[in-house]
Amino acid sequence: MEKTMTHKGVPFERLKIASFDFTCCEGCQLQLANCESSLPDFLGLLDVRNFREISSERYDDYDIALIEGSISRQDEVERLLKIRKQAKILVAYGTCACFGGVNSLKNRHPVEELIDEVYPGMAIETLPVRKISDLVEVDLFIPGCPVDKREVERIVVSLVKGSLVTLPKYPVCVECKAQLTTCLFELGEICLGPVTRAGCNAVCTSGKTPCLGCRGPAEEINMAAFLALVKERGLSLDDLHEKLAFYNAFEPFLNHEA
Amino acid sequence: MIYKVISKKEFTGFVDALVHSNRSFGPKQVATDHRGNAVYQFQPVHSVADIAFDYSATASSAKHFFLPFREELSHFHFHGNDWEQQISYEANPVVLIGLRACDISALNILDDVLLNGHFPSPGYLARRKNSFVIGMDHLPLPDCFCKSMNHHTVTTGFNLFCSDIGDHYYLSINSSKAFNFLREFETREPNYDDNCMLVERRKLIQNGFQTDIDVTALPTILDIEFDSPVWEKWGDKCLNCGTCAMVCPSCYCYSLTESFDTNLNGASREKKLYSCNLVDFAVVAGGHNFRPKNGDRLKYRYYHQHRGFAENASQQICVGCNRCGRACLAGINPKDVINDLRMEKESCMTCVSSSPRKI
Repeated sequence: MEKTMTHKGVPFERLKIASFDFTCCEGCQLQLANCESSLPDFLGLLDVRNFREISSERYDDYDIALIEGSISRQDEVERLLKIRKQAKILVAYGTCACFGGVNSLKNRHPVEELIDEVYPGMAIETLPVRKISDLVEVDLFIPGCPVDKREVERIVVSLVKGSLVTLPKYPVCVECKAQLTTCLFELGEICLGPVTRAGCNAVCTSGKTPCLGCRGPAEEINMAAFLALVKERGLSLDDLHEKLAFYNAFEPFLNHEA
Repeated sequence: MIYKVISKKEFTGFVDALVHSNRSFGPKQVATDHRGNAVYQFQPVHSVADIAFDYSATASSAKHFFLPFREELSHFHFHGNDWEQQISYEANPVVLIGLRACDISALNILDDVLLNGHFPSPGYLARRKNSFVIGMDHLPLPDCFCKSMNHHTVTTGFNLFCSDIGDHYYLSINSSKAFNFLREFETREPNYDDNCMLVERRKLIQNGFQTDIDVTALPTILDIEFDSPVWEKWGDKCLNCGTCAMVCPSCYCYSLTESFDTNLNGASREKKLYSCNLVDFAVVAGGHNFRPKNGDRLKYRYYHQHRGFAENASQQICVGCNRCGRACLAGINPKDVINDLRMEKESCMTCVSSSPRKI
């Protein structure tokens, strides 16, 4: 594949990119192959150096590393540190990488109990789940369970053009209201939409499923007011806690007086 | 204006004919809330039977038919070292059924801002011209305060307005289009009794308001109360979620983003309805935020709504529908915020005024 392309006569380098999966379902990586209509254009921006889901060719001369998944084994720690050394831009890609994700449920139980349950009688080496930024410096976060391919495309284009990479700072409610969805609180449910970063186009709530906050907290959320509204409506604080803890994305807010 | 009276049965036939041959939207029940109340929205309707004529109020306004939540303003095509801009102002005709007087008032306010200003919006104009608006009166809900804002009746901005006078609708016909459509249906001139019933109906509506906000000299009070602790008090409750502006029939503030196409051969300029309550509404290049606090942002929403900005000739743009108050999870609503501000001023005057007559 040719390495240099031109845009309006100006040459630009395809992004030398690699994608690595850690503790996860690999669903976010799979999203890279989504949005078929723009897939050829999207791949045209990339020089894929290492990505086991689409190619068996593997090179170590990448600039951008997409890190998918959380870290739950010592060999993962070592692999991650090696990638950090090579990558100029390390991207925490997806909710597990950004926050720990569903995998973090593991941290609620003693390790021995977990091994007994899943791998009884086997010698398993395992660690509590950690998000990527607990171990290495992260340059860019792309949250979502899974990530939104349109957002990934937008960010990749920004990287190619050297423009500012941004995520929406406001909560999901903005996108939810634009679809005329009936507020899930009005239906008697707890929804994390008011405190969760938008960008998903309210895909869960517009399907009448409460938001579980996979994209993490919006900027400067008012958690005190959010707790107050849950209490005032007589909704279950256990349910609230369960939802906030689901992806481990609201960890910094969990000690808030509930 | 031309006035006619039509039987409800004939009116049903008229609406059905309209709906069958046009892309139409009307109030429809979309859910039942946890209190057991019906939730309505303006939704696509395909026959008159789809329309909930007896609806209370839609959760979201009809604004988005004129100001879409998201729209591409223009697309750029690059070729060689040159580029061209493609702009389209096409709007498909749409029939909107069942708008309330306050909803239509809000459209008139938007007309003022978006058509009569220095830079009229062609996209808005195209949509406004290509719409057929049928208004319907209703008895106020307990929290409606459009009478306080003087928007409980409306005389312009619609094609047809229907007042419910029992077995008939009293029609105010405000466009030749509506007049011509109605020619196919049986209507009559209003007689003495019809006129009496219309006056009765208006009285019933007028006297039905349970919520009243004293807006006398409100712009001045807002100016005086710029530094009031009331803003912080209500700001502390605000979730910064933007819901109020999204459901509002007259909030028109927006954000603009430009982005390259994935193939880099073009770019797009997109407009998104935004809210002054969103955390980065007043962020400028370099990252400085002119309104970093919740209370500041909430205050500016109230200023725009109830004091007016220069761009809309310092007119208040709130029509009193209270959609924001109903939708706000934090319980922030114009009635309580404005009353709080007034209380603040009035109690302060009795306590510390150095009036010369004071002994």
